Amino acid sequence: MKRFQLLVLASLAAAAAAACSSKPQTTPAPVAAGPDTAGQAAERARLDSIERARQDAARRAAEEAERAARQRTADSLAAIGRGSEAVRTLFATTIHFDFDKANIHTDDAAILDQKVSVMQANPQVTIRVTGNCDERGSDEYNLALGNRRAVSAKQYLTSHGIDVGRIATASNGKERPIDSGHNEAAWAKNRNDQFDIVAGGDALKQP
Amino acid sequence: MSRVAPGSFAPLLALALGATVRAGTAQDTSRIDRGVRIGIIYRPGVRPGMVVLPAAAVPDSVRAIIARDLEYSDRFELITLPGGDSIHLATAAAPAPAAPAAGRTGTSGAKPASGAAAATGLNYPLYQALGADFAVTLTAAKADSTIATVHDVAAGGVRRELRVHLPPPTAPEFRMAVHRLADRLLDAALGVAGTAASRVLFVLDGKVYSIDQDGAELKLVSASEHTALSPAWAPDGRRFAYMEFWQGRGRLFIEDLATTKRAAVAVLGQALDFTPAFSPDGKTLAFSRGNEEGTDIYTVNVKDGCCLQRLTVGRFADNLSPVYSPDGQRIAFVSTRAGAPQVYIMGADGTDQQLFAPFDYGVTGASYAPDWSPDGRSVAFHRDVGGTYQVFVLDVRMRAVRQLTSVGRNEDPTWAPDSRHMAFVSDRSGVRQLWIVDVETGRIRALETQSGARLPAWSPRLPETTTSTP
Repeated sequence: MKRFQLLVLASLAAAAAAACSSKPQTTPAPVAAGPDTAGQAAERARLDSIERARQDAARRAAEEAERAARQRTADSLAAIGRGSEAVRTLFATTIHFDFDKANIHTDDAAILDQKVSVMQANPQVTIRVTGNCDERGSDEYNLALGNRRAVSAKQYLTSHGIDVGRIATASNGKERPIDSGHNEAAWAKNRNDQFDIVAGGDALKQP
Repeated sequence: MSRVAPGSFAPLLALALGATVRAGTAQDTSRIDRGVRIGIIYRPGVRPGMVVLPAAAVPDSVRAIIARDLEYSDRFELITLPGGDSIHLATAAAPAPAAPAAGRTGTSGAKPASGAAAATGLNYPLYQALGADFAVTLTAAKADSTIATVHDVAAGGVRRELRVHLPPPTAPEFRMAVHRLADRLLDAALGVAGTAASRVLFVLDGKVYSIDQDGAELKLVSASEHTALSPAWAPDGRRFAYMEFWQGRGRLFIEDLATTKRAAVAVLGQALDFTPAFSPDGKTLAFSRGNEEGTDIYTVNVKDGCCLQRLTVGRFADNLSPVYSPDGQRIAFVSTRAGAPQVYIMGADGTDQQLFAPFDYGVTGASYAPDWSPDGRSVAFHRDVGGTYQVFVLDVRMRAVRQLTSVGRNEDPTWAPDSRHMAFVSDRSGVRQLWIVDVETGRIRALETQSGARLPAWSPRLPETTTSTP
């Protein structure tokens, strides 16, 4: 019984070695070491060679199929990547606020609706909304104002069905202006919410 | 002893004018007025005259620092000697005959001038004629010590004699040691505590800097790749708290100034924590926390690193910028509960929240950044006036508000330890920089002229061992 187990193990090991294509082909393992006639041996050799050829063909076919599959995957990933980039750009669109206000403009609701559909199409995505302020307000108060702007957007998104846990909020106060100018045009740009994808943004689907 | 009672200073014309007149004090008293002068005129005798006499064996910088500290106290007319220092040097060799006698029969507070014969040999009538009520002399003494003498010129005698060890001018603690001496001289002359031995922390380009109150010794005290905001002194004058941005989150740190070692405030998680403020006993840190419920005020025990406590529940309003009263019983803060931000007050445990600085609804501009004076009597803050900010002072007892500034944009006031001076940010010069105002006279001087300096925090009087590390 023990002897049989050893034999099975030996043959398994041999099979494993043979299956490992990266290693040089070892000589076929003698399956049974019984006394053979010359005719039997020749017949066995012939069958073995047919079997080897068949296995080689199957392996080549499998490799070819695998390569094709890899290529297909790569192609589609590139396509998804291109689409993903478009979605990402779309998603990064900022929304803007009035001076010292944190309520969502009606014009900006469409932008937020887009974000809702992106987040619905990509349920793995989590995001961070960061509120920003212009330079006119008080330094420290603007941290609270920026926070409120971020929370406004989050409330909009969650009220449109996005899970609360997928949206983090943050505030830069007036510390990270997009436009360093000191005029209304610059201020208007700097009063915004930024939307960053924190996780799950590798392959974004189009909504 | 002072011949001018505190509080009898000239009416605050400066406040009404918002004037930045910063004329040399000598001109104010000695020049003849011709034609029309617009500005502030100090009535002669309103502030006692002070002369700091040059000394042969004491470094010039000692005299210069002391003279400037006394000038910056805004309690004297500092007198510059006509013809430079020669007048003193000429008369010192030939002391007036009456002086020694006057010294002995002088003010009751005068100590016997032991071993300082030169100090008593002042030509008192001369300095009196120049308008001096006080004179300070510095003499080098044995064992590397310096004797600083405050003379009562009118009484013709020595008011007080101080013997100090000053480090050499090259030593890092030299200036602060001289500042401490200046504070003692002020105390000897007028019996009031000064602010010479104090510093101001502020933010420039996202980093925290320290600067002496006289504008010297600018030092970077905290630098990381994260933007820093809102430095706040611990009451021991050795540590400070501040906030750093971490990707739109705010983290609070406490740093030891001597070692520059810092530690994140314990038990705070990933939130937007900002505007830290120490309780007067140094055990508790109050701060603002922004999250999805808005911004509210919390406290945390920084001594034991525990016990996060929420003091306000804003719901649809923000509560921020807490500051303790000097007795630690109350907290002033900013709240948007009535719409625009205004200054409110509550107990240190969050109870009894009510309006603090009165305002007319819909008329008065938004108010921000309260700072409680160390004497407990006043709370300074800035308020929107016609689209820009001005510094206001709330009288805590009367609950009355008065405007302190009117030129340019002025914000983020911070009280000096004497509760009389205040540092703040102003763009009156064309760039945003730090200024110091004497609240009693309205006199203003620049503290730090680099553009973008902001969020100043004035230290308490600094302890002796600020710069020495155990």
